[in-house]
Amino acid sequence: MTVDTAPTVDASSDGEARQWTARVRHAAESAFPPERLLPDRQPAYMASWIYIFGVLTVTSLAWVIITGCVLALMGPSWWHVSSTGHFFNSLHLWSVEALFFFMVIHLWGKFFMAAWRGKRRLTWITGVVSFVVSIGAAFTGYLSQQNFDSQWISTQAKDGINATGAGAVWNVLNFGQMLMWHIVLLPIGVVLIAGLHVLMVRRRGIVPPFADARHPAPDSTPADGEPGGAP
Amino acid sequence: MSPRRFNPDRDVSEWKGAYVPYDIIKEAVVALVAVAVLIVLLAVVLGSPDDPAVTLKRWSIADPVDFAQTAITELDGTSGTATYGPPYNATPDAAQHMGFFEPAQWFGVHQPVDTAKDFVIGPLRTLPDQFQVQRALNAYQGASPSQQAAWTAAYEKAVSRATEVNGRVVVPAGSYGPVGVIIGSLTAMSQTGGLDGTLLSEGQFYNTNYTKPLLFIADGSFLANIAQAQHLQGNQWGMMNETGNFPGQAWLWLYTMWYQVAPMNSSSNADLEVWVIMMVLTLGLIFLPFIPILRSIPRWTRVYRLIWRRHYHALAQAAPSAS
Amino acid sequence: MLLGALIGALINLNGSGTYIHWGFIQLSVANFVVIILMIVVFVLAILLPFPRRRSRRQ
Repeated sequence: MTVDTAPTVDASSDGEARQWTARVRHAAESAFPPERLLPDRQPAYMASWIYIFGVLTVTSLAWVIITGCVLALMGPSWWHVSSTGHFFNSLHLWSVEALFFFMVIHLWGKFFMAAWRGKRRLTWITGVVSFVVSIGAAFTGYLSQQNFDSQWISTQAKDGINATGAGAVWNVLNFGQMLMWHIVLLPIGVVLIAGLHVLMVRRRGIVPPFADARHPAPDSTPADGEPGGAP
Repeated sequence: MSPRRFNPDRDVSEWKGAYVPYDIIKEAVVALVAVAVLIVLLAVVLGSPDDPAVTLKRWSIADPVDFAQTAITELDGTSGTATYGPPYNATPDAAQHMGFFEPAQWFGVHQPVDTAKDFVIGPLRTLPDQFQVQRALNAYQGASPSQQAAWTAAYEKAVSRATEVNGRVVVPAGSYGPVGVIIGSLTAMSQTGGLDGTLLSEGQFYNTNYTKPLLFIADGSFLANIAQAQHLQGNQWGMMNETGNFPGQAWLWLYTMWYQVAPMNSSSNADLEVWVIMMVLTLGLIFLPFIPILRSIPRWTRVYRLIWRRHYHALAQAAPSAS
Repeated sequence: MLLGALIGALINLNGSGTYIHWGFIQLSVANFVVIILMIVVFVLAILLPFPRRRSRRQ
């Protein structure tokens, strides 16, 4: 039996700098070092219950997906004929209500903290876009119920969507199309955008408080453009 | 190049102060368990609604007169669906517009529906052994357009005074040609459940597209009356509501509010107008960090003084005394 | 039977809903409760004292 004794490639060679894989890895490592991705400390100013609503929103989303997966196991008609199925439908509904409940409170809190300050505008933008895409996901969920509610919602909503021209290709009366948007495309969209949002939070950190003119913060580093700061 | 001026609504000095221990994984697990307990409690205590779907069968049995009144408008092309315009058909001037902005017209007809053929004649043609029906259809389709219009107009006027006797529609006598047999047969076909299946399948075995049966049902009053009783109509802020006493979609409050105010509440282009308003507002919320005055509201309202009160108190205590 | 009751619902929210009419606003009691609850929870989240933690310099 022979052992492969071929020399390994020197990791610091110039050739590696041109490699896509190495460049992506280095960019990810510098943007998200482990202690930033999974921190064990947070700034002392984070002393308010308002800060728990982000994680409550994310965990509500997790339960929306988990309960949705259970409903998917047995198909879209299951909950009409099975009391267990109906219970999981109830779990799915209330996890969606919880998702929006916590998300909106999280939005209010972040607004009043002006959480976009200090290069956190993309964090804010991805947050609002997650909200909007979640509304779309919830809407297609209502359309997928296969009961009176979905009949009414679809026949009403068609007027709004048809007026924009989108009704030519996005047909809310087409159960099959709406179900696939609800269980495939929109969950992927919500998870990707919400995931990007969480990564942005980890990248930039939680926004510091507004400065108090009477009492400056300890050893504060002026931001770009602040008088006396770096150009 | 001179440095950009510090703007407290856009910029912030990054934190160089104290840190406290924080266990992110424990926080996530605790939140996961807490939300699980919450949703299980809500599901056990409150459940979820499941009002049964309306079928053409249920409608035509419960209110055969309304069904017949709707069916004649499908045959003569005056129903809501028949005159809808794009994406269902090319009815002139039907698409909503705001000045030159007429996106429904630009996208055109991509979900074609011919109500006379798809909702009336086509389904009845699937009953070849019903000779009286087939003769009536042949007579109708063989007549001139003006003759067809005369028959359907007369029937539509008479059916407004129709009554129900033992589940059948009784229309005052008149000159309707074969139209009376056509609408009567369609009503009977619907009452057996045959119309639901025919409208859905369209000759295919598998189908998940309910466009045609839904459009037909929505053209009548039966579905709308149930919705009215459940406060789901547009002028009842229905977009926010759920059947029964369940909470609905409170987050749609602003979307439905615009339908209640002038000029949208009486406009034939209300859907497009409200959508444009909501797109502008949504873009405003997305790009709020770039919008002066709006992005200053958090600093002006000073709610942050409550959120970060411990931080400001600590700063005040750490500051050297003035003297 | 207990399981059936548990996975059904203890309170029946079906039937005709109750609505609040205030000027041109019409709001279901259920939605009103949710909105008030959100405002209350938001205010409590800001006002309730947060447990103190031992700090350490960075």
